[in-house]
Amino acid sequence: MAKKLAIIASKGTLDWAYPPFILASTAAALDYEVQIFFTFYGLTLLKKEIDAQISPLGNPAMPMPVPMPNLVQMLPGMESMATMMMKQKMKDKGVASLPELRDLCQEAGVKMIACQMTVDLFDFKKEDFIEGIEFGGAATFFEFAGEADVSLFI
Amino acid sequence: MEFDKELDARGLNCPLPILRVKKSLAEMTGGQVLKAVATDSGSVKDFQAFCRQTGNDMLESSEANGEYIFFIRKKA
Repeated sequence: MAKKLAIIASKGTLDWAYPPFILASTAAALDYEVQIFFTFYGLTLLKKEIDAQISPLGNPAMPMPVPMPNLVQMLPGMESMATMMMKQKMKDKGVASLPELRDLCQEAGVKMIACQMTVDLFDFKKEDFIEGIEFGGAATFFEFAGEADVSLFI
Repeated sequence: MEFDKELDARGLNCPLPILRVKKSLAEMTGGQVLKAVATDSGSVKDFQAFCRQTGNDMLESSEANGEYIFFIRKKA
């Protein structure tokens, strides 16, 4: 029987968006059965257009071309500039884009579940999201996670 | 070494090379040999791990001029 990987994706910034999709697509390639439960800010990763940004603010570990104090990082436009630079760097290094990875996950049969409570909380509409996903709650996650070989909270 | 299919995974980074290998193998029949070329240095360990976990056979793994060349026999 195939091994199972259960992931909770709870964050919606560009950097945190990668691990769920990278691990899910790779596990699927290794013949795992995979489910990702998208909740809170992670839910935005299921929107038709992924608008994940990166913020250097309050993240002293983020490699910067020049040292930059928080006071500068909080200026308007810094976040979109950091996002643009990161996306360019990823492209240069042959790192897949998030929509590309998400498509690969879907092609590989990774099951994606949107947290219904978060949909209601943020007043999202079902038509905001990509096709082929399911909507459910914590019990839905545990039905699969309870039998999973690997469970990750990201 | 003789092979039945060739995959160019140059310039791609984790996890794309593995995903492409998986896709290529899916289009082949058991016993056929896939030649894969990658530039991601992490692919050496990853391709071996992929083969061990999926039951495919890593026949040969080598490096030349910053390119990593793999020959993988699809499991029967």
